[in-house]
Amino acid sequence: MIYWQLFWAFVQAGIFCVGGGYASMPLIESQVVAGHGWLTMQEFIDIFTISQMTPGPIGINAATFVGTKVAGVPGAVCATAGFIFPSFFIMLGLVLLVEKYGDIGAIRGVLNGLRPTVVAFIASAGIGFILLALWNTETLPKDFTKVSLIGCIVLPLALAAVVKKISVIRVLIFSGVLGLLLGTFLGK
Amino acid sequence: MYWQLFKSNFIISAFTIGGGYVIIPLMKAKVVDEYHWLTDEEALNLAAIGQSAPGLVAVNTAIGIGYKIGGIKGALVGVLATALPPLITITAISYAYTAFCDNQYVQYVLKGMQCGATAIIINVVLDLIKKQWQKKLLLPFVLIAVALAAHFFFHVNLMYLLLLNGLIGLIFMKDKKYN
Repeated sequence: MIYWQLFWAFVQAGIFCVGGGYASMPLIESQVVAGHGWLTMQEFIDIFTISQMTPGPIGINAATFVGTKVAGVPGAVCATAGFIFPSFFIMLGLVLLVEKYGDIGAIRGVLNGLRPTVVAFIASAGIGFILLALWNTETLPKDFTKVSLIGCIVLPLALAAVVKKISVIRVLIFSGVLGLLLGTFLGK
Repeated sequence: MYWQLFKSNFIISAFTIGGGYVIIPLMKAKVVDEYHWLTDEEALNLAAIGQSAPGLVAVNTAIGIGYKIGGIKGALVGVLATALPPLITITAISYAYTAFCDNQYVQYVLKGMQCGATAIIINVVLDLIKKQWQKKLLLPFVLIAVALAAHFFFHVNLMYLLLLNGLIGLIFMKDKKYN
């Protein structure tokens, strides 16, 4: 039964995927391309590229795409549910452990070391995003004068809104509308 | 409260491109800075556990935050709200995804939203660094700077950095002042 197979394939990918979205790629590939032959390698690479461009967590996007391709909408639901299923129990278990034993010196030490690391990851994503917003590139731009018009207008305005403590959701929606208006009338 | 949690996770997941470390600061801005359901430390702990555990960082963190706020029910609500938008948008566009992604108006909206997300991330990062600064401790700062440089410029795998800094924390940061 295809739905069960999809669910189970993604349960396995979910258990062994350590390190987030990009790390899930080879695991999903081994299940759906090499293992079951549901997709060709080219189809799979296309799916991953699009998963990065569409909103939402990359792994969920990929699971949904693969599920839809293989078995339509029910397939997408099965694949996504399978992918999340192990996370749910593992994560709850870990949070309970930390709640119970978080005061022990060793665990507190590890968490104290991990928190600055997470700040660094967020900062790293932030720098990448600034480059993407202003110069349409995720690495340092070769030509700093080639700025994105939308980025140069929307980013400062959005920053001003954020500093004024306007709700995150409103900032996102306002930025999207502004992007559409600027793009339509002025070009990218 | 479940509804607020659902709404904010749903919209964040529906409109942010770029995966875990873009979604996490947005969630943090919402549940810590706007609703005050969690403290900075709690949110960062959950993100750290979410990154270390198997599975997707954004999904794991959503489960953890949901659990902290509203128990098992909260965890279910949180993860459902994070997984549903991609499920809906992608099944809807999967039959014509190239047409969708290449559409210039869609591109403009996404570009604008990406700028908005950037502004929120900048604010979250500056805020976290400012608070770290006020504690006047050197070691966490060194960890931030080294991990940032290693990850951004040298593309060192996140897991190695977590392993290394977890170890440093285990040896040098057991003291309560680092909490």
